[in-house]
Parts: sequence; C-alpha cells; structure tokens
Amino acid sequence: MARELWEGNQAIAEAAVRIGLEAYFGYPITPQNEILEWLSRRMPELGRAFVQAEAELGAINMVYGAACTGARVMTSSSSPGISLMQEGLSYIAGTEIPVVLVNVMRGGPGLGNIAPSQGDYNQICKGGGHGDYHPIVLAPASVQEAVDLLPLAFDLAEKYLTIACLLLDGSIGQMMEPVELPPMREVKRREFPWATTGANGRQRHVLTSIYLEPNDEEQTNIRLLKRWQEVQEKEIRYKEYYLEDADVIVVGFGTAGRVALSAVRAAREQGIKVGLFRPVTVAPYPYARVAELASQAKTLLVVEMNSGQMLEDVRLAVNGRTPIEFYGRLGGVVPFPDEILAEIQRVARETPKMVADPAKVWLQRMVETTKK
Amino acid sequence: MATMTPENLVYERPLAFTDTPTHYCPGCTHGTAHRLVAEVLDEMNLTGRTIGVAPVGCAVFAYNYFQTDFVEAPHGRAPAMATGIKRCLPDRIVFTYQGDGDLASIGTGEIIHAAARGENITVIFINNANFGMTGGQMAPTTLPGQKTTSSPNGRDVELQGYPIRVAEMLSTLDGAGYVVRRSLHDPTNIRKAKKAIRTAFETQVRGLGFSLVELLSTCPSNWNLTPVESLTWLEEHMLPYYPLGDFKVAPSITAAKI
Repeated sequence: MARELWEGNQAIAEAAVRIGLEAYFGYPITPQNEILEWLSRRMPELGRAFVQAEAELGAINMVYGAACTGARVMTSSSSPGISLMQEGLSYIAGTEIPVVLVNVMRGGPGLGNIAPSQGDYNQICKGGGHGDYHPIVLAPASVQEAVDLLPLAFDLAEKYLTIACLLLDGSIGQMMEPVELPPMREVKRREFPWATTGANGRQRHVLTSIYLEPNDEEQTNIRLLKRWQEVQEKEIRYKEYYLEDADVIVVGFGTAGRVALSAVRAAREQGIKVGLFRPVTVAPYPYARVAELASQAKTLLVVEMNSGQMLEDVRLAVNGRTPIEFYGRLGGVVPFPDEILAEIQRVARETPKMVADPAKVWLQRMVETTKK
Repeated sequence: MATMTPENLVYERPLAFTDTPTHYCPGCTHGTAHRLVAEVLDEMNLTGRTIGVAPVGCAVFAYNYFQTDFVEAPHGRAPAMATGIKRCLPDRIVFTYQGDGDLASIGTGEIIHAAARGENITVIFINNANFGMTGGQMAPTTLPGQKTTSSPNGRDVELQGYPIRVAEMLSTLDGAGYVVRRSLHDPTNIRKAKKAIRTAFETQVRGLGFSLVELLSTCPSNWNLTPVESLTWLEEHMLPYYPLGDFKVAPSITAAKI
C-alpha cells in the first residue's frame, strides 16, 4: 500500500475498520473526536454497528455488551472520559472478554486542557478501576506506530481475554504524518466458546463478573493473574536507539520518547555517549531489560510528560543499583528537544549520584528555573 | 402419581426456566414477574435466540433462573449493554430486567437514551418503591411519606423530592414504541401484565422499537408487611400514585394487532 498523509485519529479509525472492527461506541471529547467522527460515517456505510452514546458510561457498557457477543469492538476517549469508563473497564476485566480502548491523553487533573499529556499512565497501567486486574497497554510514538500496534492490540485482547489499550496523547492523535494503512480485510466473527449469542442447540452461556463466594472470586483473580504473568513473559515490546556504548540512557515512552530521540541524536553529534530506551508495552513493563541497561549505564535519564509516573517503574527495575535522573513537563506542556538535550548535557557532565527521589530533585530544579 | 392430562394440568414449570429455586424472599413478586417472562419466551419460542441482561439489585441473579444466554450488567447500565448486544446481533431478542434503584436512580441516563434511540430491546421494570437488595433504602419511586431505612421519618418531598413516574416520563420520547404500566397484586392484573409482556416481546420481534413494561411489585421484607398485607398496601398506596395504563403505543404497534 502507498504511504498517504493521515491525521493520527483518523488513521487509527480507518485502520480499525480495515482490520475488521465490527462495532464502535463512543462519546465526543477532545482531542480524539476525529475517531468518533470518522467511524460515524464509515461504520454505517459498511453495515457495521456505530452508536454515539449519551456518555462515556453508556459507551463503555455498550462496548461491554458487544464484546459479550464475541464481536471485535472498540471505543476511544480522552482523560476525563477514560475516568468515567473505569467502572465498565473493571467489569470487562472481571468478565474476561476482549475489548480495545484507544486512550488519547490530555492535560489534567480535572477538566485540565486539551493539550498532549502523559498524566494518565498510572490510571491505565495500574488499573484505574476497582479490583485486581491489568490491561495490556501499548504506547506508540508516531501515527505509523499507532496504526501498526492496533491489530496487535486486538490480537492480544482476544488471545488473553482482556482489555488492550492504545495509549497516546493529543499530539499523535492530531498530527498528520505519512502512513501506510493495512489493507481492507473481510470481517470474520470469531466463534468464542463463551459468547452470548443465544443458546439455540447448546448449553446456555452466562457472562458475569460477580462471584459471591470469596473462594470463587479468589480463583478468578488467580486465573487473571496467571494470564497476566503469561503476558509479562511473552508480550514485552520496546525500541532501542544508540545503546551499544551509551553511558547515559534516556528512558521515555510515546511522544516524550520521540522528542527525546531528537535530543539524543543532537547529543550524539556532540560526541555524548547517550542512547534511548523506549518501552512500547508500558504494561507489561520491560523491567528485566531496564535492569540490564541499568548495569550498563552510568546514569538513566527518565523523560515524561507527567510528574514521574513511569519513573516509579524504572526505579523498581533499577532497584537502587544505578543513579536515575528525571525530567518532566506537566499539564499539557510538551518538552522541546533542546530542553532534553540540555538535561542530557548536564547529566553527562555531572558526576552521577544516587538520590532517594529523582522527581524531588527535578521539581526543586524546575521551581528554581521558573523563579528566574 | 396419576398421569397428568392437559385437562387437569393447572401448573407446570415453564421450559424457559432452569431447575433452580429462586433466592427471592417469600411473597416477593419478582418470582411472578420471572414466571411471566418465562411463559412468554415459551409461547413465542424465543428461548434459543434470546439474551437477557440482569441488573444490580435483587434480580442480580436472574441469570440463574432462565435457560437463555445471560449477561450481568453494572448497576443501571443494562440498557447500554443491551444496546451493544442488539447492535451486534440484530436478529436476536434482547431484554433487560431491572429494578427501580437500577433503572430509575443510577441508570436514568441509560434508560432514557435507549428509549430515545428507539433501541429495539425489551425492558422489564420492577417498581417496588424501594432499594430491595441493599436493605430497603429510599428509591426514586418511594412514595411521599413512605418510611424506608434511609427516610426513617417518611419521605419528605421538601427535602427528598418527588417520586419519578418512569412509564409516563419515557412515553414522552418519540423513540419509545410500547410503554405501559401493570401491577402484580392480584390474578386479574397478573394476566394483564403477562399480556403486556407478550406485546413488548412481539414489538421487538417485529422490529417496532423500544418496549418497556413497568410492573408494580411488592417487597414484604423491606416493607415490614406480610405477603398478603403487601398486596393490599400496593393496591391502596401505589396504584393511586402510579396509575396503570398504556402510556405509549406507537401506531405501528396498534396496526400490527398483536
């Protein structure tokens, strides 16, 4: 297929159509409206299900119902809307059915703003709804990568009977980039042995997330956890850049990782031995690989568009063996490559030192910079 | 035991029921409502192509009692789940079974918009004027002055507002096809209720849009009355506030002469 210029949200929506999306339910919220709008035209013209729900609560529960039939189903939203969907996501996780969620983050907390942010990493990666469950979370850094990860999201959701989330931000959702979309595939309804499609000629199927007997609920939790462990063993994905001889390793996901790559390239031109590690699956998190890199590097520099949410995972992986530095921008501010380059230069220049909380040191520095 | 002939058969378990005793309190009319739904599923031969959606509330375990496929929705969200199922399987029959806490309190958004969209589903709505499962708290349907565990001095409309008449409210929506209220307090009304449930499912089978049957029901345990006293209380207190009747019957449904 030829490379074409596509807006991120529209590219994701059209890719979903082409890989066999059977039903979409959503609610308008910036900066992901183009997904809903694109599908409001495409789905009906192909005879597929589309409903603009009355709220995100309705949308996620329509998704829940549709997923119970075994249909390939998706929804999309942004930060405040994802908050509203947490109830349904917890039920979906507890019912063990496949759902794909496109989560286009914006600045928060509260109503926040519509600028790109990574402030909802913890919410989705650590399971924002109630109970013990783990969605699979994929974090693209470009429109092409978003389009490429979408079929994987469906495959993983269906294989592990779980929620798979494409986690991006408003900049990837709304920028235009050359992208190669997948070819149009025929819709094939999968025959899941649990789907509620009418009990004609077979034992009835019941899909529920209630296990009144605590021992049954415990067994359900154990089943979910075993499946999650299998995901952790088999489905870790990441990208590495210039790591062979790197003394300083920048760690960043999504847009922050992409901006950091520009800074890393600029630093390399200046002779600084720096590389980039960009997790693609942020849940499951590539702890083992980060631990390996920590023994190679003199310092890790974590860069995020939040207050250091993924930093916690890096600290867990490094376990105090290597100094970690942090640089973040908050509330919808996207860092410029120059800012990250300056951080790389500073980290490369200074003697690495262990600190109890890298985010605290960063915040102090940031407050002082703002004063000037 | 003598062989049962159709002439002397007065009761049998509907085929749409599983062989499971219900968990409902003695004298509660949920059992009656369940049976009416099961009889209609039998008569219309729908069991094999029906998917039920259970609520959160007393009927949370409704899925244990029917031979149909079933899903269990989050509190109040049954109409949204039913929408998702029906849109993916338009040739199947999808019904929700919801109480007044589920439908008239936490789930008002979902039910209003399912009706407004003319979603081709059937809703069985149990109005027993309180939250049954959680121990008899005030519901949106609790009558003025009615004592509950969260309105111990009686519902004070100055502070707690007025009851919601769901059937009347939904009947104002153009998308609603068949919206009626019936009662389960005596045999005559139970027969009328069954006829309405049949009409509601016929409405869906014929693709004529959203159908809802509100059923006035008793809750002896939380009303602190005997089963018989509860039936009388329903008749004396609920009927005046919640008049029985057909609030919306779309012309297409009348024309279908169901």
